[in-house]
Amino acid sequence: MRIILYLLQKEFLQIFRNKTMLPMIFALPVVQLIILVNAATVDMKNIRVTVVDHDHSVQSQRLIQDLDASLFFEVGDLQVSKEKGLDLMRRNKTDVLVYIPNDFSKKLHTSDAAPLQIINDAIDVQRAQLSYGYLSEIIQKLSVEWHTNPSLLLEQQQIKIHSNYWFNPELNYKYYMLPGILVILVTIIGLFLSAINLVREKEIGTAEQINVTPVKKYQFIIGKLMPFMIIGLVELAIGLLIGRVLYGVPFNGNPLVLFSFATLYLLVILGLGLVLSSRSETQQQVMFLTFFFMIIFILMSGVFTPTENMPEWALKIDTINPLYYFVKVIRSVVLKGAGFSDLWPEFRSMGIYAMVSVSLAILSYRKTT
Amino acid sequence: MKRFKAFVKKEFLHIFRDSRTMLILVAMPMVQILIFGFVISSEIKNASIAILDKSKDELTQEATQKLLSSGYFRLDKYLKSEQELETAFKRDRVKMTIVFEPGFAKHFYSDKTANVQLITDASDANTARILSNYASMILRDFQQSHNATIPNGNSLINTEVRMFYNENLDGVYMSVPGIMAMILMLVSAMMTSISITKEKEFGSMEVLLISPLKPFQIIIGKVTPYIFMALINTLSILAMGYWVFHVPIKGSLFLLLFEATLFTILALSLGIFISTVAKNQMVAMFMSMFALMLPTILLSGFIFPIENMPFPLRMISNIIPPRWFIIVVKKIMLKGAGIAYVWKETLILMGFIVLFVGLSIKKFKVRVE
Amino acid sequence: MHNQSHEINSTEPIIKVDKLVKRFGNFEANKSLCFHVDKGEIFGFLGANGAGKTTAMRILSGLSKPTSGEVWVAGFNVNTHPESIKKNIGYMSQKFSLFEDLTIWENMRFFSAVYSMSKKQFKERGQELLQELGIWEERNRMVHDLSLGWKQKLAFTVAIMHKPAIVFLDEPTSGVDPITRRQFWEMIYEASAEGITVFVTTHYMDEAEYCNRVSIMVDGRIDALDTPENLKKQFNALNMNEVFIKLARPAVNSSQ
Repeated sequence: MRIILYLLQKEFLQIFRNKTMLPMIFALPVVQLIILVNAATVDMKNIRVTVVDHDHSVQSQRLIQDLDASLFFEVGDLQVSKEKGLDLMRRNKTDVLVYIPNDFSKKLHTSDAAPLQIINDAIDVQRAQLSYGYLSEIIQKLSVEWHTNPSLLLEQQQIKIHSNYWFNPELNYKYYMLPGILVILVTIIGLFLSAINLVREKEIGTAEQINVTPVKKYQFIIGKLMPFMIIGLVELAIGLLIGRVLYGVPFNGNPLVLFSFATLYLLVILGLGLVLSSRSETQQQVMFLTFFFMIIFILMSGVFTPTENMPEWALKIDTINPLYYFVKVIRSVVLKGAGFSDLWPEFRSMGIYAMVSVSLAILSYRKTT
Repeated sequence: MKRFKAFVKKEFLHIFRDSRTMLILVAMPMVQILIFGFVISSEIKNASIAILDKSKDELTQEATQKLLSSGYFRLDKYLKSEQELETAFKRDRVKMTIVFEPGFAKHFYSDKTANVQLITDASDANTARILSNYASMILRDFQQSHNATIPNGNSLINTEVRMFYNENLDGVYMSVPGIMAMILMLVSAMMTSISITKEKEFGSMEVLLISPLKPFQIIIGKVTPYIFMALINTLSILAMGYWVFHVPIKGSLFLLLFEATLFTILALSLGIFISTVAKNQMVAMFMSMFALMLPTILLSGFIFPIENMPFPLRMISNIIPPRWFIIVVKKIMLKGAGIAYVWKETLILMGFIVLFVGLSIKKFKVRVE
Repeated sequence: MHNQSHEINSTEPIIKVDKLVKRFGNFEANKSLCFHVDKGEIFGFLGANGAGKTTAMRILSGLSKPTSGEVWVAGFNVNTHPESIKKNIGYMSQKFSLFEDLTIWENMRFFSAVYSMSKKQFKERGQELLQELGIWEERNRMVHDLSLGWKQKLAFTVAIMHKPAIVFLDEPTSGVDPITRRQFWEMIYEASAEGITVFVTTHYMDEAEYCNRVSIMVDGRIDALDTPENLKKQFNALNMNEVFIKLARPAVNSSQ
């Protein structure tokens, strides 16, 4: 026990004396969190529409007005030809092209269906689908207005739909993204610090000096894990505080639940980092290994894209992705106030994972070659 | 020149001898594109929902049928009372609960208004909104089908929709440029900054500096192998995209490769700049990895469209080089545009190169003096 | 600490090496080494670069496992009890390996804890050693600010702080000036007087003369082992330098 305390003291001295790394460890994540949370927005606003109006009728004017009035669209220059419009799309200057042919209003008055063409830039699938959805809503409304006898509408039997958004009534997407981005930042810090650490000592030569002493492997590994664990937990707390103060992210759950899960999670991450570290010879090598795993973990974690839509086999792979669990848990605790009993499956998996990861870290560390 | 050749050869050997790093560098883009192609989709289907049917009449059963046959929803369970709602969201993790009021059919036919409540788990605001919209759409259709007297507005306007550049609305289209930008940026910047810093740290840089090689020859010698690496990566991403996911290359392949090389040089010059600032490998890694990874993912338009971001972030995104590269790739590859359409972005990329090289030279001179 | 280790019979050698072989792939770094070191000896372990000195020393200190053969250090077998050996030895590697970003005192405090010294023991011993070295006043200086000579002397001090039975020194004086080398050997004699067995590798043949006994490794084998006096007689040489050259030359020629 005494040896572990001295190992910890040594690690902390080294960390807090490092004047270049310290600000990077603490300031960089804070700055990134504050800025990047704003980048993650899915509210489609400002979809750029170019209308090519060859009809110049009351109806076509009305359509343009309704588009312009909508929160989602931004109607650009109206004096363009269809070719110019398509060129604008190729230049990324417009997202949607609405083409109103010259017989639009004429056909509205006759019984023929009035032709209207919508051309979406569909490279961003989500935006294309959404903008089409919003557009057809507007068109549908106009079409009902232009066609039916309004008195009939009063006769209609209707289903009244009440939408209730639980846990986040204002539909603030930042509430969802902040915990997710925070998890990524804490993970990067933890994984990198632990992964680089051992290799670095190997390269410098201090690892050998330790290996020739009677320090036990588990003591050494605990001495390495604890400081990074504390840094990770402090960082998590700072991040949540920033969320609270700057972005009003609520904390509905019990901090004890979150932080005990975070402790298990960090054990997993740091353990993995140390395993990679003791299996690598150079810092460059360990760097790319970590980078490789990290990118896959992040992309499959559900931070940026929902995991519900993943295929079955991918979800199976995700059972070994620690980020997948933590992202779920932090969002559930912070936003839904989920407790131990609600998150029991995650706690169990992470507990097992932590044991495996730390044991691997101890086993893969070699004092003797 | 002969000296220089020998030097480049040495650099190639350094890199290609570390087979583990090589493997990762080659595998990384492939794994990423597979993840984006097969695993990640923003499309929502089979969202798990619960139903609380307080009426249990023919109409609610028919509505339930209609909702479940849409493909968007998957029934997790029927709830018996409102008490079970909380647990359904927290423990069973349903995304939405649909509550039919008691006497639904009676209210619909005799009072002309029946109430239904859509309670969504809005901790994920985006999914909540989409699910709520889908359900509303289906219920409105359902209402319409029970109102035979009201004509359907759709027949009035014949909307023709074209999805340009991505007829099948394939999500992987969007990710090919993004993955290219991320891999080229991070790998190139990381590799150069780490390898140059390493030589600095271990003193071998001094040996090179006092050799008859000129400083710029040293630098060019160091980065040449990475340009090859980056080209291999670019080609493998394009090939995977083309043969596995049928993402077309509409524009000139030559132009595309030229731009990719330009972007690689940009990333390398950024890496060089980082190495002039960083004191040791660890700092270089943190700068090139931690400071670059999230901004490259989040501020480049890779995952979240820049147009939706608040003004300050749109400004910041201008100084994120991958942003411009992604635009270039989209235009050339997916829209078939030529140099006339991308000259501006190309100039911006060149501007970044000049900037980073200039800064590095300045920094380097200061150090030598 | 050696007072914790079990009693070692004083007539029994403190290091016993029997048919030690270490192979890396096809390369045989140690070819069946046999020798012993007596308690209290200053034992010089000589050889050209790449002769297999460091490999053997790493095995003796429990850092590396022999491919075959038996090795006992301080009464323990390296194959079965490497960790027990580590309690009884000090080690100073070729590459300076104290923590550069800690102060002198912090480094010593850390290693004292690692070798289970009590706080009191550490304070007394630490102060005594630093005062002897004459850097007691500077104990709060960062190690990276020290010159190479001081670093080496400090590394040696740390290696013997816990009064190990044996201290292993891997080229401790390479790269330091002649005066510091002199001082360094004085420190080695003092440690030896305290009863610490010294196992040292070196390139400097004048240093070999300071040893009680010297072994010379060539191509993974020990080609000569005796006191410097006897070796000089045996090879009909004026000094150890000549002995070394006579032994090592054939090997260098054959490898070319």
